[in-house]
Amino acid sequence: MKKLFLSTAASCIAFAAQADVTVMSWGGTYGAAQLEAHLKPFTAKTGIRTTMVDTDNAAAPIRAMVEAGNVTVDVASIELADAIRLCDEGILESIDATTLPDGSDGTPASDDFFPGAVTDCAVGTDLWANIIAFDTTKFEGEKPSQAADFFDTVKFPGKRGLKKNPKAVLELALMADGVPAAEVYSNLATSEGQGRAFSKLDTIKQDIIWWEAGAQPPQLLADGEVLMTTAYNGRIFNASIDEGKPFEIIWDGQVYELNTYAIPKGATNLEEAMEFVRFATSTEGLAEQARYISYGPPRHSSNALEIIYKDGKTVMGPHLPSSPENRRNALETSVDFWVDHDTELNERFNNWLIAN
Amino acid sequence: MVDLPRIAVQAATAAAGPEIPLKARLARAQARARRRAFLLVLPLLLFILLTFVIPIGQMLQRSIYHDGFSGAAPALVEWFAATPAGTEPDETAFAALASDLLFMKERKLAGEAGTRINYAVPGSRSLFTAAARGADRLTAPYRPALMAEDGKWADPLLWAAMREAASPWTTDFYLSGIDMQRTANGGIERVDEGSRVYLALYAKTFLLSAVITIICLALAFPVAHLLATLPMARANLLMILVLLPFWTSLLVRTTSWIVLLQSQGVINSLLVSAGFIGDDGRLALIYNRTGTIIVMVHILLPFMVLPLYSVMRVIPPVYARAARSLGATSWTTFRRIYLPQTLPGIGAGVLLVFILAVGYYITPALVGGADGQLFSNQIQFHMSKSNWSQAAALAAMLLAGVLLLYWLYDRLVGIDKLKLG
Amino acid sequence: MALPPYADPLERLWRIIYLVICTLIFLFLIAPILVIIPLSFNAEPYFTFTEKMLTFDPAGWSLRWYEALISTGMQAPDAADGWWSDMWANAAWVKAARNSLIIGVWSTIVATGLGTLAALGLARPDMPYRRLIMALLISPMIVPIIIVATGMFFFFSNPCSIIGVECGRLTSTYAGVILAHVVLGTPFVIITVTATLSGFDQSLIRAAASLGANPRITFFRVIMPLILPGVISGALFAFVTSFDEVVAVLFIAGPEQQTIPRQMWNGIREQISPAILAVATILVVVSIALLTILELLRRRSDRLRGVSGR
Repeated sequence: MKKLFLSTAASCIAFAAQADVTVMSWGGTYGAAQLEAHLKPFTAKTGIRTTMVDTDNAAAPIRAMVEAGNVTVDVASIELADAIRLCDEGILESIDATTLPDGSDGTPASDDFFPGAVTDCAVGTDLWANIIAFDTTKFEGEKPSQAADFFDTVKFPGKRGLKKNPKAVLELALMADGVPAAEVYSNLATSEGQGRAFSKLDTIKQDIIWWEAGAQPPQLLADGEVLMTTAYNGRIFNASIDEGKPFEIIWDGQVYELNTYAIPKGATNLEEAMEFVRFATSTEGLAEQARYISYGPPRHSSNALEIIYKDGKTVMGPHLPSSPENRRNALETSVDFWVDHDTELNERFNNWLIAN
Repeated sequence: MVDLPRIAVQAATAAAGPEIPLKARLARAQARARRRAFLLVLPLLLFILLTFVIPIGQMLQRSIYHDGFSGAAPALVEWFAATPAGTEPDETAFAALASDLLFMKERKLAGEAGTRINYAVPGSRSLFTAAARGADRLTAPYRPALMAEDGKWADPLLWAAMREAASPWTTDFYLSGIDMQRTANGGIERVDEGSRVYLALYAKTFLLSAVITIICLALAFPVAHLLATLPMARANLLMILVLLPFWTSLLVRTTSWIVLLQSQGVINSLLVSAGFIGDDGRLALIYNRTGTIIVMVHILLPFMVLPLYSVMRVIPPVYARAARSLGATSWTTFRRIYLPQTLPGIGAGVLLVFILAVGYYITPALVGGADGQLFSNQIQFHMSKSNWSQAAALAAMLLAGVLLLYWLYDRLVGIDKLKLG
Repeated sequence: MALPPYADPLERLWRIIYLVICTLIFLFLIAPILVIIPLSFNAEPYFTFTEKMLTFDPAGWSLRWYEALISTGMQAPDAADGWWSDMWANAAWVKAARNSLIIGVWSTIVATGLGTLAALGLARPDMPYRRLIMALLISPMIVPIIIVATGMFFFFSNPCSIIGVECGRLTSTYAGVILAHVVLGTPFVIITVTATLSGFDQSLIRAAASLGANPRITFFRVIMPLILPGVISGALFAFVTSFDEVVAVLFIAGPEQQTIPRQMWNGIREQISPAILAVATILVVVSIALLTILELLRRRSDRLRGVSGR
C-alpha cells in the first residue's frame, strides 16, 4: 500500500517538476495587474510558463512552506518589512542586486531604484498606500476630508471598514489622534503610545467591520456595508475608473509602503524565478504594472515615462501615492519598526480584538 | 510423491478430530471468525493510522517541543544546566550569552531564538536580533557590554524565560493557552487582565456552540416531525429541501448569507420597505456573533434533522392513539408518550451538531467579524504567524474538548447509531 | 398526516400554526440557495441587488459571470482558432472543475472500497474491539478540520520521516489531496453501509450457503446487491465531501491542484467576483440531479428489502 503511495507521489512530483514559474500574489486587481504586466509578457518572451496563485499575504504561506520543506512557489509578492524579516530568518533566497537590469536611460540599477527599494532578498515593485475611501453618494452635506473624520462617528455616523492587522492601522489611529507623521513611530515604540493608538481604536471598535483581503473594501463600499473604509489606493482607483463607482480617496494620513518580489528559499525553479524578477523589475516591467493599477514604480527611469492607464486616457501621475498633491500628510511605513515589533504588536492587536 | 505427506496429515487430523474438545474447536472457530472480521477492517485501520492519527500526533508534539532557542544557544544551555533555577546571571552567564549571540549571528538563528523567547516575554525578539547583529563587537566583561546595548538584558523575567526555553521540551505553550505565564522565580501566575483571552474564548466557543445546537434542535424538531408523519412520497420531496443546502457548497451558502444579511442586504431591505425598521435602524446581522450563529445554524441544521427524522419515522403511531383513547390531552400525549421516544434522535443530533460546531472554522472566519470568532480561528491565527507550537497547544485543548464529547456521544448514543438520511 | 377526526378546534389552530412554522423553517433552509441564482446574472461585480436588477431593467442583468467562468485564465480568449484547447488547458474554472472531478472520483473510489470493506468487518458479530475501532474510524468526521489539515500538511511534506528517510513529498500532488479526502470521506461510507447492514438478515447468507453458493458467489450475488444502495449513498457522501472541501486543499494542494472550492475561496476573499455565484448555480442544478438519483436508489433499496413506503 505504502509503496503504491510513494510511487504515485513520485510520479506526481515528476509532473510538477516542469519549469514553470509560480508567482504568489495578492489577487484582485493587483494580481491581475501583475498577471498582465509581468506574467504574460514573460511567458511570451521566454516561453517559460507562468502560474499565478492568490492569497491575502504571501508572507505566511511561504514561511510555512519553507519550514515544512515544501516550497511550491517560485516568486512571492510581499511587503518590504516582511521581506526583510523573512530574509533575516533565512526564509528567502538572496538576490544579487548587481544582476538587475540597468534603467532604460542607462542609469545603473543601484542608482535607478529608490533608496532602500532593493534589499538582500527582495526587489521593490511598487509603492502603494493605505488610504481612506468613501462613497460620495452617501454624503449629502459635508464630506470627510481628513484622517480624523474616520474616527468621528458623531459627525459621520456609520460603519467603518478597517484592515484586520495592526500595521498601518495603529499608525492611522495615532495620526488621527493628532500625532504628527514624523513622531508616529517614536510613539508606537512605547507602551503608552501603543495604548493611545488602541484607545483611539476603542472609540470606534463597535462600528468596525474588519477586512483581510484587498478586494474586500471596494466590495464593502459598493454594498453600502460601510460608510468609510481603509483600503489599498489601487483597488479604489480601479473600482472608480473601471466600474464607474463614485468612490473618493482621502489622502490625508496615507501610510505608504513598498511591495516587493522575493524568492522563497528552496524554490524549485530558482533560475527561472531570478529571470522573472529581473524581467519584471526592469524599467519597462515596472512602468507596465503601473498601467494597470495606481501604484508607483520605485525606479526613477520608470517614473520618467508618462504612464497612461489601460483605458488609454487616464494619466496615472495624480493617482499615485507618490504624487506631491497626495503627500501632504503622509507617512512612510517604517520597515525597521515593523521588523522589530511585528510579532509583539500582532499579539497585542489580536488580544485586543478578541477581548470584548 | 508430494501429495503423500498431506494425505497423511489429513488422515491424522481426521483421526484426531473427535478427541479435540468441542469447546476448543469452538474457540478456534471463533478466533478464526474474529480474525476474518478484523482483516476486513485492517486496511482502513492502517490507512487511518498512517494518514490521520500519526499526522495529528506529530503536530500535537509541537505543542511541547520547540528547539528554536535550545538549538541556537549551546553555551547558555550548559550554564542553565549547571546552575539551579533562580540563580542570578553572573559574568559567566553573560559570557555564555555573548558567545551564543555570535553563534546565532553566524548561523542566522537569532530570529528563531528570539521568537521563542518572545513568546514568553513579548518584545524580546528584537533584543536578540539587534544584539546578534553586533555580536562580533562585544568584548569582555560581557555583562556591562550587553547592558550598555540594552538594559533589558538584566530582566529576571528574560532569564527565567531563557532557562525554560533551554530545554526543547516545554509546557510554555499550554501555559499561555490557559492565560498563565512564568514569573521570574520559576513560579506561574495569571497574565494581566487585558491579555486573558484563551480561556474566555474557549468558554465562548462552547457556549456559542450550545446556543447554535439549541436553535438547531428547536428548528429541526418540527421539520423532522412533519417529514416523519407525512406520506413517504411527499416526505421525500420535502427532504430534498433539507438535503439541498446540505449538499450545496459551504462557501456558497456562506456567501449568500452575506448577501441576505448585510445591512443593505435582502432581509434588511425587506424589513425597511415593510416599515418594521427605519432606514437608519438597519440591523447588524452579519460580521458579528449574530451572523456566526445564523449561518452556522443553517449549515448544521441538516445534521440535526437527519438523526431526528430517522428515529421519528419508526415511532409507531399506536402509542399516541392509545394515550388519546385513554383520555390524555394532545399536549400530555406529546410530552409523556411521543417526546420520550424521540430522545435517542435528540441525543444523537444534539451531540453531533455540538461537536461539529465547536470545531468550525470557515464560517466564523468569513462572517464572524471580531466577536464571532471561535477557538479554531485562533489556531489559524497562530498558524498564519508561524507560531506552530502555540497553534498545536490550542489545537490540543480544542481536541481534548471534542474527544470528551465524542466519548460521551459513544457512551450515551453509540457511534453505530449514527445515521445520515 | 391528516388530523384525527377527534381533533378539537384548538388542535386545528395549533396544526395551522405548526404548518406555518415548518414552512418558515423550510424557507430558512432554502432561501440562501434561491438568492444566489438571480444574483449570478448581476451585471456588476458585486454581491448586491442593484436598482436595475430590481426594476428588471435588462441592462442590470447579464451573463458575464458565466462567460467569465470560461474565459478567466485563458491565454487568448478572443482568438478563434484553438479556442477549445485554450479553454481546456488554461481557463481557471475549467481547470478547477477538472481537478475537482479527478480528486473527487479517485478519493470516492478509494474511500468507498476501504470503507465498505471495513463496514463489512464491523458488522460481523465476531469483530473484536468493535466500538473502539468504529469510534476511531469515524473520528475524521468530528476532529476539527483545521487540526487535521495542519497535521497532514507537515506529515505530507515529508511522509517518510516516521521511518527516518527522505522520499519526496505528498503535498502539492494529486495523491496527497486525494489521500486527505479519502480520510475525510470514509466515515460517511462506514456510516451508510453499516446502516444498511444493520437491517441485513444474516440468515440470507446461511440460505445462500445451504443452496451451495461459495462465499464469493454469496458476496456478489446476495450481499452486494442488498448493500449496494448503502454503498452508493456512502460514495455520494464521500464525493460531495471531497467536492466541497476547502481547508485541506488550502493546506495540501499546490497551484496545480486548485479545486472548485479553492477557486471559490479566492472568489470570496482575494478576487471578489460573482463568478462564484454562477458556479454555485450550476452546482445547485447538479446537486438536484444527484439527489434525484439518490431518491430513486432509496426506493429501489426499499423495494428489494421489502420495506413498503407508508
